[in-house]
Amino acid sequence: MTVKLKVENVSKIFGPRPKKVIPMIEKGVPKDEILAKTGHTVGVYNASMEIMEGETFVIMGLSGSGKSTLIRCLNLLNKPTYGAIYVDGENVVGYNKNQLKYFRQKKIAMVFQHFGLFSHRTVLENIEYGLEIRAMSKTERREIAQKHLETVGLKGYENQYPDELSGGMRQRVGIARALANDPDILLMDEPFSALDPLIRREMQLELLDIQNKLQKTIIFITHDVNEAFKIGDRVAVMKDGKVEQIGTPEEILEKPASNYISEFIRDIDRSKILQAEHIMSKPYGLVSLKDGLNVAIQVMRESGISSAFVTDRKRQLQGIVTVDQAIDGLKEKKTLQEVMSTEVKTVQPDEYVQDIIPYVLDSKYPIVVTDEEQTIKGIILRVHVLASLISESNNEQNDAQKL
Amino acid sequence: MTEFPEVRIPIGDVVENFIDFLAMNFEAFFDFIFVISSSMIKGLEAGLLAIPWWIFIIIIFLLGWYFTNLYGGLLFGLFIFLIGTFDLWPETMTTISIVLISVILSLVIGIPLGVGTAFSKTMSTIMRPVLDAMQTMPSFVYLIPVIFFFPLGNVPAVIATIIYALPPVIRLTELGIRNVDKEVVESAQSFGSSTSQMLMKVQLPQALPTIMAGVNQTTMMALSMAVVGSMVGAQGLGERVLYAINRIDISLGFEAGISIVFLAIIIDRITGGIANRLQKHRRDAA
Repeated sequence: MTVKLKVENVSKIFGPRPKKVIPMIEKGVPKDEILAKTGHTVGVYNASMEIMEGETFVIMGLSGSGKSTLIRCLNLLNKPTYGAIYVDGENVVGYNKNQLKYFRQKKIAMVFQHFGLFSHRTVLENIEYGLEIRAMSKTERREIAQKHLETVGLKGYENQYPDELSGGMRQRVGIARALANDPDILLMDEPFSALDPLIRREMQLELLDIQNKLQKTIIFITHDVNEAFKIGDRVAVMKDGKVEQIGTPEEILEKPASNYISEFIRDIDRSKILQAEHIMSKPYGLVSLKDGLNVAIQVMRESGISSAFVTDRKRQLQGIVTVDQAIDGLKEKKTLQEVMSTEVKTVQPDEYVQDIIPYVLDSKYPIVVTDEEQTIKGIILRVHVLASLISESNNEQNDAQKL
Repeated sequence: MTEFPEVRIPIGDVVENFIDFLAMNFEAFFDFIFVISSSMIKGLEAGLLAIPWWIFIIIIFLLGWYFTNLYGGLLFGLFIFLIGTFDLWPETMTTISIVLISVILSLVIGIPLGVGTAFSKTMSTIMRPVLDAMQTMPSFVYLIPVIFFFPLGNVPAVIATIIYALPPVIRLTELGIRNVDKEVVESAQSFGSSTSQMLMKVQLPQALPTIMAGVNQTTMMALSMAVVGSMVGAQGLGERVLYAINRIDISLGFEAGISIVFLAIIIDRITGGIANRLQKHRRDAA
């Protein structure tokens, strides 16, 4: 994957003489104190990040953390006071008026928290706005706008005015308007925050759908941890204008960089973020089909367990054998293949913990994590699932990740 | 020590000299304005007078019906009919012409100025006291220099009317553009709009209801200048009122006066109706 957008030491300070406040920020003087003493507002300080092509990158933080200021730096609605922003290797901060216009018309589009729709234009006229201002012919832009209107499920609403629509529908117009420009980068500034929870969930899923189809580079702002972790491939956490941590949701969950972040993620539903591969442990008590029952019993005795998973030479799962079955089989002179049970519950490595919980509750035996070729990747015991739901105890899971 | 010392700062003389200077050196310019505006007024007046009275009533009725409601239309038609019975038809057409031309010129001057003040803080700071002066200076005061530049008649009245009626459209245009939702402006910017695209496609349309409120104000103020304008020779209903004052003719004074009121009501309701219609799609959501 290539880097699509690179933010390098970007600061945005509002006020007449930003240079004056830099030493104060470096000394760690809090934002409110800087504002009270100098009248300067520190929006963003020294933010750096690299965003990959096709990635959904979430910037998360409470209000006043500078996330909206930062996203507005990316399309230069806010011109950064210091620092550089590279898009496809070009520093856009140095763009002149025409380059900037071209950049905004072709490469980057934005979706706004309160939609930012033009109330004097119909839905279709809103969607075609970006195409209209770059002088595309009416028939051509109508056609494109109509296509995107249908993508977001608003067919039949072409000639309504935005104020006649519900909040969720208005934001669909906002998304269609941004997509109609066919930008490489889509900026979304808390797009779902103004919507009620049910609609929000629906829109989140739709966004994931659209993203699967279109593979844009999305930069998504939210103050909602659950939303951030659900949507983001990677997440940056901001506090007081500074980037505190950047990582995948799992990384942040497992190794929060500061107390602030631990506090932030405390309420999150971990079972919706952690996947089987994050909580599984190294498979043990495996016996090969060719080893036979004696070996199986020995393996179980050595590991102190009452069942063992049976694999073939390629470590592909064949079945499970309990110690009782093995002893009975020995007495009756049967083979391992004859006594083992083939009904083993398996899960994929990317299955979410919340979906694994019922299996764990139902099954007497550990759950096996296998890939598509049925190769055993790891096993999950009840204790793993329980431990994963508790935030502070992460040692065991980290062991699992090192595999 | 109670008396003010005898210091004389002759601002009035300076203004007088300046007006003299303008009148001497820009004669061609003022002649040009005179020819343009007097022919506009004459043309419109002739046009209005050429319309048969019953067609005019029907037009007013239809406008009233369309922009307000059926009763509005009927009432406005009745008003015009009453004006006809007062035997003030030609005077009314003259007043309408003077008012319309004043309003059109006010908009042509005022909307760009309003846009300018919305964009430039410096210009806004300069314009504010000027607008205050235009609104509070008694209109008779600037009637004096105006007749320096133009012969007595409709043209100085139009100029004085513009001075008096211009401020609301400038102020409300500025307000309308400044009050366009910040996110709406940002979203237009984020798509790479040029400044003129932003103005024409987003800011002006979004500000239109506010601007229309300004147009309404300007129109009403222009109409209220009808009588003052007659003091510098304007024809029409105002001139009839002046004539009635000189003659102490209560009957004529009332009829001419109430005709001006009728015109005011009709114009106010119709421009108000246009303003409402422009923001119809907004009200539906409320």
